[in-house]
Amino acid sequence: MIPAGAIDCDIHPAVPSVRDLLPHLEPYWREHVQRRGLERDNFETSAYPPGAPINARPDWKPPAGPPGGSLPAMQAHILDPLRPAFAICNVIHGAQMMMSEDLSLALCRGINNWLAAEWLDRDDRLRASIVVPPHSPDLAAEEIERLAGDRRFVQVLLLAMAEIPLGRRMMWPVYRAAERHGLPIGIHAGSTYRHPLSAGGWGSTYLEDYVSFAQGHAAALNSLLAEGVFQKFPDLRVVLIESGVTWLPASMWRFNKTWRGVRAEVPWLNRLPADIVRERVRLTAQPFDAPPDTASLTTILEQLGSEDMLLFATDYPHWHYEGEAALPAGLPADLVRRITLDNPLATYPRLQQETAR
Amino acid sequence: MAKHVVATVAEIPPGGRKIVTVRGREIGVFNLGGAFHALINRCPHQGAALCTGAIVSRLEAPVPGEYRLTRPDTMIRCPWHCWEFDIATGQSWCEPDDVKARTYNVSVEPGEALAKGPFTAETVPVSVEQDYVVVEV
Repeated sequence: MIPAGAIDCDIHPAVPSVRDLLPHLEPYWREHVQRRGLERDNFETSAYPPGAPINARPDWKPPAGPPGGSLPAMQAHILDPLRPAFAICNVIHGAQMMMSEDLSLALCRGINNWLAAEWLDRDDRLRASIVVPPHSPDLAAEEIERLAGDRRFVQVLLLAMAEIPLGRRMMWPVYRAAERHGLPIGIHAGSTYRHPLSAGGWGSTYLEDYVSFAQGHAAALNSLLAEGVFQKFPDLRVVLIESGVTWLPASMWRFNKTWRGVRAEVPWLNRLPADIVRERVRLTAQPFDAPPDTASLTTILEQLGSEDMLLFATDYPHWHYEGEAALPAGLPADLVRRITLDNPLATYPRLQQETAR
Repeated sequence: MAKHVVATVAEIPPGGRKIVTVRGREIGVFNLGGAFHALINRCPHQGAALCTGAIVSRLEAPVPGEYRLTRPDTMIRCPWHCWEFDIATGQSWCEPDDVKARTYNVSVEPGEALAKGPFTAETVPVSVEQDYVVVEV
């Protein structure tokens, strides 16, 4: 049972069509999009094809349009029955994958404006992640600066697999801007398809792509750690969204073990990397790659060595569970409180400040 | 604890080391810039001959890009898994509070004093003209 007042750290409004973004684009880019007829396409991502069953729970499919495309449907499906205090909107869209950096920024801006006008203004429980052009860190930082004053934007959204590993210095303008404004970096499962999702080459099936998302998260985290992002930006927090969670203890073990022998290669990593992960990295708890029971969750928390890391998420409208079983039944009440409230508040300074007022 | 004469000072010049066996224990005796240190020749990780590894400096960087080499040639790197230990304290670089190699007290004594005892010099013949490295085990 999810207590009312929980903080849902991952829901997915979907852009119904690029046509819906037109009013939210700058005039130049509105004209550009219309000249090219781009409003007739919706740049749906290969990572989350709307027709794939896993991306739309059957009882959460709206009568028309993409799953997650309607605010009244979202309210009926999840906001009204679960009564969260806040729910954080993470939009995944082809805008994040454009080869043209300027068009990518223009569409990301349009999405952020659309989010503010069509979602945040219409339901005061909603908060959002800033969508940025991930392959243009300077432009991404500009977009963060543009929106930082709107406190309803509580995070910056990246995808785990992009053109370069996320820790590389080229990406640092994004982290600098996010840190300056108290915005965690949310790293969502998925890829901008600049490289195969499997490190060995292009797979043949969605099955391979989807399973590879977990390895993509591991690679993103390895890069952030090894490149020293957590030392360079001491107040930056990272949230791994839809990572599957349970790969992390084994990955931390392997990272620690290898680091002990080669630490001179990364001298800024001056303490156990797993301790840095425990302090600075959080994970949304859906999907959860283990049986959905209290014993499995408890085991993972023991292996993680922390009860502070998991964040409640429904992952609406993706299909990982039935009914309201976003958390295993029978969890101790204090753990439920941590996952649904204390941990999210500690992760998102802007929500904490709002709650404290 | 007894004091054991393990080498003449001249045998272990600065930067040098000698591995000795005292009361059944293998011990590495190091001369770091004129100061002597002794460390058990057994890595606390998996038992490799720690003191036979490379002597290395500390490579540090508070943040990426700000590199500095500090305390040159003061660490021993285990030949098996490359864990690094401070030769003077035995502390591991990675987990200084939890992983430590055993250290022993070392002193330099003149042969004249040694001749009076009570020192054990099983393997090193002592003459009054020389200075000796003495390990407490």
